[in-house]
Amino acid sequence: MTVANAVLQGIFLGAFYAVLACGLSIMFGLMRIINLAHGDVAVLGAYIVFVIVDRTGASAFVAFAIALPVMIVLGYLLQLTILERALKAGILTPLLATFGLSIVIQNLLQLVFSPDVHSLGGSAGGLTTSSWQVASGLTVSALGIAVLVVALVVFGALQLFLSRTRAGWRMRATAEDPDAAELVGINSRGVYARATAIAVAVAALGGLFLGIRSVFDPVSGPTQLIFAFEAVVIGGMGSLWGTLLGGIALGVAQTLGAQIHPQFAVMAGHLLFLAVLIVRFGGVGRVLLRRTA
Amino acid sequence: MSLLRVEDLDCRYGLLQAVRGVSFEIEQGEIVALIGANGAGKSTLLRAVAGAHRPHAGRVRFDGADITRMPAHRRVALGIALVPEGRRLFGSLTVEENLRVGGTRRRGPWNVQSVLDVFPLLKDRRRQPAATLSGGEQQAVAIGRALMSNPRLLLLDEVSLGLAPVVVDSVYRSLAGVIKEGTTVVLVEQDLTRALQVAGRVICMLEGRVVLQGAAASLDRDRVVSAYFGLKRSA
Amino acid sequence: MKVERWSRTSRLSMIGTVAVVAVLAAVPFILDPDYVQKLTTLLILVLLAAMWNALAGYGGLLSVGQQAFIGIGAYGTVFFAKLGVTPYVAMVMAVLLAGAVSVPISLFALRLRAAQFAIGMWVIAEVISIIVRLDSNLGAGTGISLIELNRYAPNFRQAYTFWLALVFTVIFLAALFFLLRSSLGTSLQAIRDDEDAARSLGVHVAARKRLLFVLAGFGCGAAGVLIVANTLFIEPGSIFSVQWSAYMIFMVLVGGLGTFEGPILGAILLFAIQTTFTQGGPWYLVGLGATAALFALALPRGLWGAVEERLGVRLMPVGYRVVELSGGGGDEKRAA
Repeated sequence: MTVANAVLQGIFLGAFYAVLACGLSIMFGLMRIINLAHGDVAVLGAYIVFVIVDRTGASAFVAFAIALPVMIVLGYLLQLTILERALKAGILTPLLATFGLSIVIQNLLQLVFSPDVHSLGGSAGGLTTSSWQVASGLTVSALGIAVLVVALVVFGALQLFLSRTRAGWRMRATAEDPDAAELVGINSRGVYARATAIAVAVAALGGLFLGIRSVFDPVSGPTQLIFAFEAVVIGGMGSLWGTLLGGIALGVAQTLGAQIHPQFAVMAGHLLFLAVLIVRFGGVGRVLLRRTA
Repeated sequence: MSLLRVEDLDCRYGLLQAVRGVSFEIEQGEIVALIGANGAGKSTLLRAVAGAHRPHAGRVRFDGADITRMPAHRRVALGIALVPEGRRLFGSLTVEENLRVGGTRRRGPWNVQSVLDVFPLLKDRRRQPAATLSGGEQQAVAIGRALMSNPRLLLLDEVSLGLAPVVVDSVYRSLAGVIKEGTTVVLVEQDLTRALQVAGRVICMLEGRVVLQGAAASLDRDRVVSAYFGLKRSA
Repeated sequence: MKVERWSRTSRLSMIGTVAVVAVLAAVPFILDPDYVQKLTTLLILVLLAAMWNALAGYGGLLSVGQQAFIGIGAYGTVFFAKLGVTPYVAMVMAVLLAGAVSVPISLFALRLRAAQFAIGMWVIAEVISIIVRLDSNLGAGTGISLIELNRYAPNFRQAYTFWLALVFTVIFLAALFFLLRSSLGTSLQAIRDDEDAARSLGVHVAARKRLLFVLAGFGCGAAGVLIVANTLFIEPGSIFSVQWSAYMIFMVLVGGLGTFEGPILGAILLFAIQTTFTQGGPWYLVGLGATAALFALALPRGLWGAVEERLGVRLMPVGYRVVELSGGGGDEKRAA
């Protein structure tokens, strides 16, 4: 595989990570919460789609359309039962509570379904397998394009929502100053619940793509969480477009890393993440700035 | 029936009592000035009426209904709007977005256009992020934002804070326009002279309690100053 | 009024603790190796809980990546043993290695805010896990045994491991105890209550947190050492698993975050649950996760914290007490 192709595949992979990370970014941007169960929520979405596909024989996409409202309701429930309380309690509480939730989801999934891996690739039609040779050494897969397009649509739609709609303004206002938002008639509880519902829905979309492009099992959640978080951090916490770019950067880092050694792919992503952390938060950035100032 | 009725209100911050056993009534159409030194409890009282602070004891009645436990955003729908101390605008939103982000289904004379008419200095700044505005302009946006919900009761907390006197003059001139529409107004104001000029009635607080109430015209300045500072009057 | 550190209760419990340690030391002479192994597991849990509490309860540092040091301790032992070092000496070296690694990590990790720190530590654990997996001398992905321990007869090996566990647990608990009683302890309390206020009073917040972080690095490394000594076989998937963090979180949240005795209680509870539900599998993990989440939301001070508040009891004299001196035998009011 040439470097150029690796970068191209990295972009496709990164678009997938961006979709996974989108919900995490929304919740952080609005509520300053990192949902440690985010990856497991995505996997839960994949399982729900799987169940529908298994029972009805429908295609994965039809099944997702049915699963989506279920996930949205779960998102509302998550906010109203756990996250709302955790928000009021302290900085560590949301992390601890969502960590506990993560364990619960993983093990409930393991009880209901076996520890076996599953895949949704079989029910995604030609999407899973089609690909084209675009130029010498450059392959474009239908799935890759599809995920990239969906990622752009999702991020674009969210951006439009936040900048052009009243509901979006309310979300931004609540993110900036929840107290003042209440005083202007904004129901902050409702805003938070809506945001979590959106986050969970997009996470489920990520789960769908996970199931189509590879396999998943009850304990796949934490891995997806780490990738999602890395994408958010690399792109800059609190920026929606940043998360898209961060996801792509992560994907490219991984595919380039794979060029060096197949086992190095994930490691390359981790190193990029740690490097960004060090430079941005670890004080090294300040040292560098001092030298150039 | 009075528009607003506060009964024995007790507000605390942890163990600190900010408002102690405060009771008063406000009739529709009144302009009431709430005065007192820093820490007297005026802001806390307004916040309790607006729903931003849960009282420890006592009641708040609006139009006869008990709203003590009602969350702030629902009080806005009822017709209570607070312009909070320090303005608290949404800096990343534009002026127009700040105005339109609140707003309820309540009908009335206030909309983006009429707000801009009352605060003409904002006309050119409609699409600017609120954080880039000057202090006076921000105050105008804050008041306008509260007006967008067409409130029956407008609560203003220290609108002159941090503003040059000339700017404050302009704000109060615009307020006159608001008052003309018949809105009931309670304003917290540090500047005694201005408060006595604008208001029909004055409530003075000291250390959480109401120490003086009365029609502005009937109170002489000395009485007000004594109450303000808690000085004992010679018999 | 007088400010005291000790009360009758805490004096009694100190004596009790010494007695317990003495009894434990005799255990290998009394019980079968099977029970000794189980008790070693209990001690490992106590150590892990105490260390996680040191980080989160006293330092406000929520780490989901302490398994990094557990793994370093375990694999470090195997590494040094393979080099020919006497196993039990290799174990001590591995603990030192884990602690040493924690120092450079602390230089940047401690600047991170809550979520970045939590997941950053997790990623570091993953990175170390991947590095270990690449080394075929250390068994790569399939794992490795500490066969060097086979030179000892099982009874002796179990006994030595148990005593080592006892020594480690006592050392680290004692270190924490003295840390809390010193001026470091009060400044840590101040940091926990209000970090900015503490900093403005001249408290070296960063240095205090670093001390706790490095202590936890040593301690979790020691736990890893004991794990490989106790079970003989380790593989990267389980020793570097985030599951360890889950156990630590459970023990500390349920036992009592920020109390000295709480983690010990939590460890005993987890141990009891684990031995009862060995066949439970996922169900008992669901219970653990749900319980931890519930405690985080509803009972943030854990069981011991609730007991402390209700009964006004503190077994370990890590705080201060204000005592009325008026009129003989007066009321004992507690502060801090």
